[in-house]
Amino acid sequence: MAEQAEQAAQAAQREAPERTVPTGKAGASGTTEAAGPAAIPPTGPAGPPPRPAAALRDSAVIRDALGVGVAVGLSGFAFGVTSAGAGLGVWQTCALSLLVFTGASQFALVGALAAGGNPLTAAAGAFFLGVRNAFYGLRLSAVLGYRGAVRPLAAHWVIDETSAVALAQPDRHRARLGFTVTGLTLYVLWNLTTLGGALGAEALGDTAAWGLDAAGPAVFLALLAPMLRTAVERAAAGLAVLLVLGTLPVLPAGVPVLLSALAAPAVLAVQGRGGRAAPGGPDTAHHRTTGEDRA
Amino acid sequence: MNTWIAIGVTAVGCYLVKFLGLSAPAGILERPLVKRLAALLPVALLAALTAQQTFGDGPHLVLDARAAGLAAAAVALVLRAPFLLVVGAAVAVTAGVRALGG
Repeated sequence: MAEQAEQAAQAAQREAPERTVPTGKAGASGTTEAAGPAAIPPTGPAGPPPRPAAALRDSAVIRDALGVGVAVGLSGFAFGVTSAGAGLGVWQTCALSLLVFTGASQFALVGALAAGGNPLTAAAGAFFLGVRNAFYGLRLSAVLGYRGAVRPLAAHWVIDETSAVALAQPDRHRARLGFTVTGLTLYVLWNLTTLGGALGAEALGDTAAWGLDAAGPAVFLALLAPMLRTAVERAAAGLAVLLVLGTLPVLPAGVPVLLSALAAPAVLAVQGRGGRAAPGGPDTAHHRTTGEDRA
Repeated sequence: MNTWIAIGVTAVGCYLVKFLGLSAPAGILERPLVKRLAALLPVALLAALTAQQTFGDGPHLVLDARAAGLAAAAVALVLRAPFLLVVGAAVAVTAGVRALGG
């Protein structure tokens, strides 16, 4: 999903050369660090642009937002099918898409429930995956500037795709437009396709015979791939895989995935030590590539 | 009932972190270490979930048609295929290998 947001954001930059604010790698991945440069509030254009040009730029924003919303919204079908295959009912599946509305957490929850995990362990894994949205929100709040009753409503749409589109815009007007169009398109389609997938899976019967149990891991891999930019991310991913496969046979269902989250602080700790020992080592390289010093 | 509890807890938790992010004063979560951890946490979780749902069968490790499907998804990702095609490739190859008795 983040991959497609990336493609759309890049397309937006290609097609709109008049955008003067550097958007950096705002849509480059699902991580917050990559969104760094775009989160700096734009200083704004010198004056109000002529109306036709503004209308033109608005339509470009709407087109990009619709592209992301439609492409990712359709993948709700995969979630609906996976959730039904995991044993959740149609109402439960739809409730997840309506109320949770953050894809990776939804896939993680139904996967953990299917594996027989206890509900709180399953919810904890889904929750930890959702924590990244808090960091999108931090960046978006300055860019969107929503106040009052709008903010609690907007919060529900703070996810990978809406953040990628909104943070790629050069001013508040277009950021709000991109956020709203992406959010609305994605929310409506994601929920409709979830329902379609859940009903379709019931009609299909044994979803495993159709290979649909591979949809969940494929979704995770597609979300993960653009995040594996440096050795630090790859080390964390590798260690997490070892931890989960090593502990799967001995720990209760759901716990191995939570335990594997420890790969993140473990890799950071090792990296921190390595960085102090060798000033020119991987630590500085990581520093440079993630651009966190600019944030 | 257990499933509804899990759905409720996840919905409330996921909404609260979204709202917290949008409402918190800027800078409160902006410490470099917190940000790096927040960026790396999804990497670890997604990698673990991919491995568990590909090779896990309850408490057992298995190598079955899903591994072939995931390999197909990886190839699709390397070829920069769109998201739906990546998932479609995994599903189709998994189903194909199972149909062949894998």
